[in-house]
Amino acid sequence: MSVEMVFAVTACALVGIGLYGLIVQPHPLRKLVAFNVMGTGVFVLFGALARRGAAAGMPADPVPQALLITAIVVAFAATAMTVALLVRLIESTDSASLTSEQPADDVGTK
Amino acid sequence: MTPVVSLVVALLLLALAVWSVVVRDAFLAVAGFVAYGLLLSLVWVRLFGLDVALTEAAIGGGLTGALLLGAVARLRGTESKAWAERSGIVLRTVAKALALGVTAVLVLCVLALPEPAPTLAPQVAANMDATGVGNPITGVLLAFRSLDTMLEAIVLVIALIGIWSLSPEGVWGGRPGLRHHADPDGVLAYLARLLPPIGIVVGLYVFWAGADHPGGKFQGATILAAMWLLVQMAGLADAPRTDSRWLRAGVVAGPLLFIVVGLLGLWTAGAFLGYPPQWAKPMIIAIEVGLLPTLVLVLALLLNGVPARSGR
Repeated sequence: MSVEMVFAVTACALVGIGLYGLIVQPHPLRKLVAFNVMGTGVFVLFGALARRGAAAGMPADPVPQALLITAIVVAFAATAMTVALLVRLIESTDSASLTSEQPADDVGTK
Repeated sequence: MTPVVSLVVALLLLALAVWSVVVRDAFLAVAGFVAYGLLLSLVWVRLFGLDVALTEAAIGGGLTGALLLGAVARLRGTESKAWAERSGIVLRTVAKALALGVTAVLVLCVLALPEPAPTLAPQVAANMDATGVGNPITGVLLAFRSLDTMLEAIVLVIALIGIWSLSPEGVWGGRPGLRHHADPDGVLAYLARLLPPIGIVVGLYVFWAGADHPGGKFQGATILAAMWLLVQMAGLADAPRTDSRWLRAGVVAGPLLFIVVGLLGLWTAGAFLGYPPQWAKPMIIAIEVGLLPTLVLVLALLLNGVPARSGR
Protein backbone atom coordinates (compact mmCIF):
# COMPACT_ATOMS: atom_id res chain seq x y z
CA MET A 1 0.00 0.00 0.00
CA SER A 2 1.45 3.35 -0.98
CA VAL A 3 1.99 6.19 1.51
CA GLU A 4 -0.85 8.30 0.11
CA MET A 5 -3.29 5.38 0.31
CA VAL A 6 -2.31 4.75 3.96
CA PHE A 7 -3.13 8.36 4.79
CA ALA A 8 -6.26 8.41 2.62
CA VAL A 9 -7.71 5.49 4.60
CA THR A 10 -6.55 7.08 7.88
CA ALA A 11 -8.36 10.26 6.85
CA CYS A 12 -11.62 8.32 6.34
CA ALA A 13 -11.29 6.95 9.88
CA LEU A 14 -10.58 10.45 11.24
CA VAL A 15 -13.83 11.72 9.72
CA GLY A 16 -15.68 8.86 11.44
CA ILE A 17 -14.00 9.50 14.82
CA GLY A 18 -14.81 13.22 14.62
CA LEU A 19 -18.42 12.53 13.67
CA TYR A 20 -18.82 10.18 16.65
CA GLY A 21 -17.46 12.80 19.07
CA LEU A 22 -19.62 15.51 17.52
CA ILE A 23 -22.73 13.44 18.24
CA VAL A 24 -22.02 11.98 21.68
CA GLN A 25 -20.03 14.69 23.49
CA PRO A 26 -22.45 17.04 25.27
CA HIS A 27 -20.03 19.90 26.00
CA PRO A 28 -19.85 22.41 23.10
CA LEU A 29 -16.05 22.75 23.44
CA ARG A 30 -15.71 18.99 23.03
CA LYS A 31 -18.00 19.14 20.01
CA LEU A 32 -15.71 21.82 18.59
CA VAL A 33 -12.61 19.65 19.08
CA ALA A 34 -14.43 16.69 17.49
CA PHE A 35 -15.52 18.86 14.57
CA ASN A 36 -11.92 19.96 14.08
CA VAL A 37 -10.81 16.30 14.04
CA MET A 38 -13.46 15.67 11.37
CA GLY A 39 -12.27 18.71 9.39
CA THR A 40 -8.63 17.63 9.49
CA GLY A 41 -9.77 14.22 8.23
CA VAL A 42 -11.20 15.94 5.16
CA PHE A 43 -7.95 17.92 4.78
CA VAL A 44 -5.76 14.80 4.97
CA LEU A 45 -7.96 13.04 2.39
CA PHE A 46 -7.62 16.06 0.11
CA GLY A 47 -3.84 16.10 0.71
CA ALA A 48 -3.57 12.41 -0.18
CA LEU A 49 -5.46 13.12 -3.43
CA ALA A 50 -3.01 15.99 -4.11
CA ARG A 51 -0.11 13.57 -3.67
CA ARG A 52 -1.71 11.16 -6.15
CA GLY A 53 -1.73 14.04 -8.66
CA ALA A 54 2.09 14.21 -8.77
CA ALA A 55 3.07 15.11 -12.33
CA ALA A 56 5.28 17.38 -14.42
CA GLY A 57 8.21 17.03 -12.01
CA MET A 58 6.14 18.21 -9.03
CA PRO A 59 5.89 15.82 -6.05
CA ALA A 60 2.18 16.66 -5.65
CA ASP A 61 -0.56 18.66 -7.37
CA PRO A 62 0.00 22.25 -6.10
CA VAL A 63 -3.60 23.42 -6.69
CA PRO A 64 -5.26 21.31 -3.94
CA GLN A 65 -2.26 22.00 -1.68
CA ALA A 66 -2.76 25.75 -2.03
CA LEU A 67 -6.49 25.30 -1.33
CA LEU A 68 -5.53 23.33 1.80
CA ILE A 69 -3.58 26.32 3.13
CA THR A 70 -6.67 28.47 2.58
CA ALA A 71 -8.81 25.82 4.27
CA ILE A 72 -6.60 25.60 7.37
CA VAL A 73 -6.69 29.38 7.83
CA VAL A 74 -10.46 29.58 7.34
CA ALA A 75 -10.96 26.65 9.77
CA PHE A 76 -8.96 28.60 12.36
CA ALA A 77 -11.15 31.69 11.83
CA ALA A 78 -14.31 29.61 12.25
CA THR A 79 -12.91 27.95 15.40
CA ALA A 80 -12.03 31.35 16.89
CA MET A 81 -15.55 32.60 16.15
CA THR A 82 -17.08 29.49 17.77
CA VAL A 83 -14.90 29.82 20.89
CA ALA A 84 -15.99 33.46 21.24
CA LEU A 85 -19.68 32.45 20.96
CA LEU A 86 -19.15 29.71 23.53
CA VAL A 87 -17.41 31.92 26.07
CA ARG A 88 -20.23 34.45 25.75
CA LEU A 89 -22.85 31.70 26.12
CA ILE A 90 -21.28 30.58 29.37
CA GLU A 91 -20.75 34.12 30.68
CA SER A 92 -24.40 35.03 30.08
CA THR A 93 -26.13 31.78 31.13
CA ASP A 94 -23.58 30.20 33.53
CA SER A 95 -24.06 26.93 31.71
CA ALA A 96 -22.59 25.22 28.68
CA SER A 97 -25.70 23.15 28.10
CA LEU A 98 -27.09 23.00 24.56
CA THR A 99 -30.36 21.33 25.58
CA SER A 100 -33.42 23.46 24.95
CA GLU A 101 -35.34 22.97 28.21
CA GLN A 102 -34.35 25.27 31.07
CA PRO A 103 -34.90 24.88 34.80
CA ALA A 104 -38.39 26.12 35.77
CA ASP A 105 -37.19 29.11 37.83
CA ASP A 106 -35.10 30.31 34.91
CA VAL A 107 -37.92 30.53 32.39
CA GLY A 108 -39.09 34.05 31.78
CA THR A 109 -35.89 35.72 32.93
CA LYS A 110 -33.99 34.81 29.81
CA MET B 1 11.18 1.43 5.70
CA THR B 2 9.25 4.46 4.46
CA PRO B 3 5.79 2.84 4.57
CA VAL B 4 6.53 1.63 8.12
CA VAL B 5 7.17 5.21 9.29
CA SER B 6 3.96 6.38 7.60
CA LEU B 7 2.03 3.52 9.15
CA VAL B 8 3.30 4.40 12.64
CA VAL B 9 2.44 8.09 12.10
CA ALA B 10 -1.03 7.10 10.89
CA LEU B 11 -1.67 4.86 13.91
CA LEU B 12 -0.44 7.54 16.34
CA LEU B 13 -2.69 10.06 14.60
CA LEU B 14 -5.72 7.79 14.97
CA ALA B 15 -4.90 7.10 18.63
CA LEU B 16 -4.62 10.83 19.40
CA ALA B 17 -7.87 11.55 17.52
CA VAL B 18 -9.74 8.91 19.57
CA TRP B 19 -8.11 10.25 22.75
CA SER B 20 -9.14 13.87 22.13
CA VAL B 21 -12.70 12.80 21.27
CA VAL B 22 -13.46 10.33 24.10
CA VAL B 23 -11.26 11.26 27.10
CA ARG B 24 -13.30 12.65 29.98
CA ASP B 25 -11.22 15.68 30.97
CA ALA B 26 -11.55 18.60 28.52
CA PHE B 27 -8.02 19.84 29.21
CA LEU B 28 -6.56 16.42 28.35
CA ALA B 29 -8.69 16.34 25.21
CA VAL B 30 -7.36 19.72 24.05
CA ALA B 31 -3.77 18.77 24.96
CA GLY B 32 -4.23 15.64 22.84
CA PHE B 33 -5.58 17.77 20.00
CA VAL B 34 -2.50 20.05 20.07
CA ALA B 35 -0.21 17.00 19.81
CA TYR B 36 -2.49 15.76 17.02
CA GLY B 37 -2.04 19.05 15.14
CA LEU B 38 1.75 18.80 15.37
CA LEU B 39 1.67 15.17 14.23
CA LEU B 40 -0.47 16.27 11.28
CA SER B 41 2.39 18.46 10.03
CA LEU B 42 4.46 15.26 9.81
CA VAL B 43 1.69 13.77 7.67
CA TRP B 44 1.92 16.79 5.35
CA VAL B 45 5.69 16.34 5.07
CA ARG B 46 5.16 12.70 4.10
CA LEU B 47 2.57 13.81 1.52
CA PHE B 48 5.11 16.29 0.06
CA GLY B 49 3.18 19.36 1.14
CA LEU B 50 5.88 21.37 2.93
CA ASP B 51 3.90 24.61 2.66
CA VAL B 52 0.86 22.88 4.13
CA ALA B 53 3.04 21.37 6.88
CA LEU B 54 4.28 24.84 7.88
CA THR B 55 0.73 26.22 7.90
CA GLU B 56 -0.55 23.27 9.91
CA ALA B 57 2.22 23.57 12.51
CA ALA B 58 1.74 27.33 12.83
CA ILE B 59 -2.04 27.66 12.63
CA GLY B 60 -3.57 24.19 13.00
CA GLY B 61 -1.30 23.15 15.90
CA GLY B 62 -0.11 26.44 17.36
CA LEU B 63 -2.84 29.09 17.13
CA THR B 64 -5.81 26.68 17.34
CA GLY B 65 -4.13 24.95 20.28
CA ALA B 66 -3.58 28.22 22.14
CA LEU B 67 -7.18 29.25 21.39
CA LEU B 68 -8.64 25.98 22.70
CA LEU B 69 -6.39 25.90 25.79
CA GLY B 70 -7.54 29.43 26.61
CA ALA B 71 -11.15 28.34 26.15
CA VAL B 72 -10.71 25.30 28.45
CA ALA B 73 -9.36 27.55 31.19
CA ARG B 74 -12.43 29.81 30.95
CA LEU B 75 -14.93 26.97 30.71
CA ARG B 76 -13.81 25.10 33.83
CA GLY B 77 -16.76 24.40 36.05
CA THR B 78 -19.21 23.75 33.22
CA GLU B 79 -17.63 20.39 32.44
CA SER B 80 -19.05 18.11 35.12
CA LYS B 81 -22.58 19.39 34.49
CA ALA B 82 -22.21 18.78 30.77
CA TRP B 83 -20.75 15.32 31.43
CA ALA B 84 -23.93 14.42 33.29
CA GLU B 85 -25.85 15.17 30.08
CA ARG B 86 -23.78 12.78 27.99
CA SER B 87 -25.56 10.53 25.58
CA GLY B 88 -27.02 7.20 26.67
CA ILE B 89 -25.83 3.81 25.51
CA VAL B 90 -28.42 3.64 22.69
CA LEU B 91 -27.41 6.94 21.11
CA ARG B 92 -23.74 6.06 21.50
CA THR B 93 -24.26 2.75 19.71
CA VAL B 94 -26.17 4.47 16.91
CA ALA B 95 -23.42 7.13 16.65
CA LYS B 96 -20.77 4.41 16.46
CA ALA B 97 -22.67 2.65 13.69
CA LEU B 98 -23.12 5.93 11.81
CA ALA B 99 -19.43 6.83 12.17
CA LEU B 100 -18.38 3.37 10.99
CA GLY B 101 -20.80 3.62 8.06
CA VAL B 102 -19.46 7.02 6.97
CA THR B 103 -15.87 5.76 7.26
CA ALA B 104 -16.71 2.61 5.26
CA VAL B 105 -18.36 4.60 2.45
CA LEU B 106 -15.37 6.98 2.30
CA VAL B 107 -12.89 4.08 2.20
CA LEU B 108 -14.89 2.50 -0.67
CA CYS B 109 -14.73 5.84 -2.53
CA VAL B 110 -10.96 6.05 -1.93
CA LEU B 111 -10.47 2.50 -3.26
CA ALA B 112 -12.53 3.36 -6.33
CA LEU B 113 -10.47 6.44 -7.27
CA PRO B 114 -9.71 6.74 -10.99
CA GLU B 115 -6.30 5.81 -12.40
CA PRO B 116 -4.34 7.82 -13.40
CA ALA B 117 -5.26 10.51 -10.88
CA PRO B 118 -6.54 13.79 -12.34
CA THR B 119 -4.01 16.56 -11.85
CA LEU B 120 -3.49 20.22 -12.64
CA ALA B 121 0.28 20.05 -12.05
CA PRO B 122 1.19 20.13 -15.80
CA GLN B 123 -0.89 23.29 -16.33
CA VAL B 124 0.73 24.92 -13.30
CA ALA B 125 4.21 23.92 -14.54
CA ALA B 126 3.44 25.29 -18.02
CA ASN B 127 2.30 28.68 -16.70
CA MET B 128 4.66 29.22 -13.76
CA ASP B 129 7.05 31.36 -15.82
CA ALA B 130 4.35 33.97 -16.36
CA THR B 131 4.01 34.59 -12.61
CA GLY B 132 7.69 35.26 -11.92
CA VAL B 133 7.63 33.28 -8.65
CA GLY B 134 9.39 29.95 -8.13
CA ASN B 135 7.15 28.28 -5.51
CA PRO B 136 4.17 26.69 -7.32
CA ILE B 137 2.00 27.00 -4.18
CA THR B 138 2.57 30.76 -4.08
CA GLY B 139 1.85 30.84 -7.81
CA VAL B 140 -1.50 29.13 -7.25
CA LEU B 141 -2.38 31.23 -4.18
CA LEU B 142 -1.56 34.60 -5.73
CA ALA B 143 -1.97 34.15 -9.48
CA PHE B 144 -4.01 31.17 -10.66
CA ARG B 145 -6.44 31.07 -7.71
CA SER B 146 -5.92 34.54 -6.30
CA LEU B 147 -9.69 35.06 -5.98
CA ASP B 148 -9.72 32.33 -3.28
CA THR B 149 -6.94 34.06 -1.38
CA MET B 150 -8.73 37.40 -1.58
CA LEU B 151 -11.98 35.92 -0.27
CA GLU B 152 -10.02 34.15 2.48
CA ALA B 153 -8.56 37.45 3.67
CA ILE B 154 -12.08 38.90 3.68
CA VAL B 155 -13.42 35.88 5.63
CA LEU B 156 -10.79 36.52 8.31
CA VAL B 157 -11.94 40.14 8.65
CA ILE B 158 -15.60 39.05 8.79
CA ALA B 159 -14.80 36.50 11.53
CA LEU B 160 -13.09 39.29 13.49
CA ILE B 161 -16.13 41.56 13.08
CA GLY B 162 -18.28 38.65 14.26
CA ILE B 163 -16.18 38.20 17.41
CA TRP B 164 -16.17 41.92 18.16
CA SER B 165 -19.95 42.06 17.77
CA LEU B 166 -20.26 39.66 20.71
CA SER B 167 -18.89 42.26 23.11
CA PRO B 168 -21.18 42.89 26.10
CA GLU B 169 -22.97 46.21 26.40
CA GLY B 170 -20.80 49.09 27.51
CA VAL B 171 -17.43 47.70 26.44
CA TRP B 172 -17.84 47.91 22.65
CA GLY B 173 -14.50 49.03 21.30
CA GLY B 174 -12.71 48.09 24.52
CA ARG B 175 -9.78 45.79 25.06
CA PRO B 176 -10.27 42.03 24.62
CA GLY B 177 -9.73 39.45 27.35
CA LEU B 178 -8.14 39.92 30.73
CA ARG B 179 -5.05 41.97 31.32
CA HIS B 180 -2.20 39.51 31.78
CA HIS B 181 0.13 39.90 34.71
CA ALA B 182 3.33 37.94 35.02
CA ASP B 183 6.31 38.16 37.31
CA PRO B 184 8.46 40.87 35.65
CA ASP B 185 11.59 38.91 36.61
CA GLY B 186 10.09 35.53 35.70
CA VAL B 187 10.87 33.19 32.83
CA LEU B 188 7.83 34.30 30.77
CA ALA B 189 8.77 37.98 30.88
CA TYR B 190 12.38 37.05 30.11
CA LEU B 191 11.33 35.00 27.06
CA ALA B 192 8.95 37.76 25.96
CA ARG B 193 11.95 40.10 25.82
CA LEU B 194 14.37 37.59 24.31
CA LEU B 195 12.28 35.84 21.64
CA PRO B 196 10.47 38.63 19.70
CA PRO B 197 13.58 40.02 17.93
CA ILE B 198 14.47 36.49 16.79
CA GLY B 199 10.84 35.64 16.00
CA ILE B 200 10.37 38.79 13.92
CA VAL B 201 13.43 37.98 11.79
CA VAL B 202 12.32 34.35 11.35
CA GLY B 203 8.74 35.43 10.54
CA LEU B 204 9.87 37.95 7.92
CA TYR B 205 12.28 35.38 6.45
CA VAL B 206 9.52 32.74 6.15
CA PHE B 207 7.33 35.40 4.53
CA TRP B 208 9.99 36.49 2.03
CA ALA B 209 11.23 32.96 1.25
CA GLY B 210 7.66 32.03 0.27
CA ALA B 211 8.19 33.36 -3.27
CA ASP B 212 10.59 30.57 -4.18
CA HIS B 213 10.64 28.11 -1.26
CA PRO B 214 8.10 26.65 1.17
CA GLY B 215 6.76 29.44 3.34
CA GLY B 216 4.67 32.51 2.72
CA LYS B 217 2.54 35.19 4.25
CA PHE B 218 0.24 32.98 6.37
CA GLN B 219 3.09 31.10 8.01
CA GLY B 220 5.16 34.26 8.46
CA ALA B 221 2.18 36.23 9.78
CA THR B 222 1.43 33.50 12.34
CA ILE B 223 4.98 33.66 13.72
CA LEU B 224 4.78 37.47 13.95
CA ALA B 225 1.34 37.31 15.60
CA ALA B 226 2.68 34.73 18.09
CA MET B 227 5.46 37.14 19.08
CA TRP B 228 2.91 39.89 19.73
CA LEU B 229 0.75 37.51 21.77
CA LEU B 230 3.79 36.40 23.79
CA VAL B 231 4.51 40.03 24.73
CA GLN B 232 0.83 40.42 25.75
CA MET B 233 0.80 37.22 27.83
CA ALA B 234 3.93 38.28 29.71
CA GLY B 235 2.10 41.51 30.64
CA LEU B 236 4.68 43.70 28.88
CA ALA B 237 2.03 45.24 26.61
CA ASP B 238 -1.75 45.28 26.78
CA ALA B 239 -4.06 44.02 24.04
CA PRO B 240 -5.04 46.93 21.78
CA ARG B 241 -8.33 48.81 22.07
CA THR B 242 -10.56 47.50 19.29
CA ASP B 243 -11.88 50.97 18.46
CA SER B 244 -8.43 52.41 17.71
CA ARG B 245 -8.29 53.88 14.23
CA TRP B 246 -4.86 52.55 13.23
CA LEU B 247 -5.94 49.07 14.23
CA ARG B 248 -9.13 49.14 12.18
CA ALA B 249 -7.32 50.70 9.21
CA GLY B 250 -4.69 47.93 9.42
CA VAL B 251 -7.37 45.25 9.55
CA VAL B 252 -9.03 46.35 6.29
CA ALA B 253 -5.89 47.59 4.47
CA GLY B 254 -4.81 44.17 3.14
CA PRO B 255 -8.11 43.06 1.59
CA LEU B 256 -8.68 46.60 0.29
CA LEU B 257 -5.29 46.63 -1.44
CA PHE B 258 -6.08 43.18 -2.88
CA ILE B 259 -9.35 44.52 -4.34
CA VAL B 260 -7.60 47.60 -5.75
CA VAL B 261 -4.97 45.41 -7.45
CA GLY B 262 -7.81 43.23 -8.75
CA LEU B 263 -9.58 46.26 -10.24
CA LEU B 264 -6.29 47.46 -11.76
CA GLY B 265 -6.10 44.08 -13.48
CA LEU B 266 -9.51 44.73 -15.00
CA TRP B 267 -8.07 47.80 -16.63
CA THR B 268 -4.54 46.62 -17.54
CA ALA B 269 -5.05 42.91 -18.27
CA GLY B 270 -8.75 42.73 -19.10
CA ALA B 271 -9.79 40.56 -16.15
CA PHE B 272 -10.42 41.05 -12.41
CA LEU B 273 -7.17 40.06 -10.65
CA GLY B 274 -5.43 39.64 -14.01
CA TYR B 275 -1.80 40.75 -14.16
CA PRO B 276 -0.13 42.19 -17.27
CA PRO B 277 2.73 39.70 -18.04
CA GLN B 278 5.75 41.86 -17.15
CA TRP B 279 4.03 43.20 -14.02
CA ALA B 280 2.99 39.89 -12.46
CA LYS B 281 5.80 39.62 -9.91
CA PRO B 282 5.66 43.26 -8.65
CA MET B 283 1.87 43.00 -8.27
CA ILE B 284 2.14 39.68 -6.39
CA ILE B 285 4.75 41.19 -4.08
CA ALA B 286 2.54 44.26 -3.54
CA ILE B 287 -0.36 42.03 -2.47
CA GLU B 288 1.86 39.92 -0.22
CA VAL B 289 3.44 42.93 1.49
CA GLY B 290 0.05 44.62 1.86
CA LEU B 291 -1.59 41.50 3.24
CA LEU B 292 1.12 40.66 5.82
CA PRO B 293 0.35 43.39 8.43
CA THR B 294 -3.39 42.68 8.11
CA LEU B 295 -2.85 38.96 8.68
CA VAL B 296 -0.63 39.58 11.72
CA LEU B 297 -3.27 41.89 13.23
CA VAL B 298 -6.27 39.70 12.42
CA LEU B 299 -4.69 36.40 13.56
CA ALA B 300 -3.63 37.94 16.89
CA LEU B 301 -6.99 39.69 17.39
CA LEU B 302 -8.94 36.51 16.60
CA LEU B 303 -7.02 34.88 19.43
CA ASN B 304 -7.50 37.87 21.75
CA GLY B 305 -11.25 37.36 21.47
CA VAL B 306 -14.26 39.39 22.55
CA PRO B 307 -13.74 42.93 23.92
CA ALA B 308 -14.35 42.54 27.66
CA ARG B 309 -13.20 45.73 29.43
CA SER B 310 -13.31 49.40 28.55
CA GLY B 311 -9.62 49.76 29.44
CA ARG B 312 -9.52 53.54 29.33
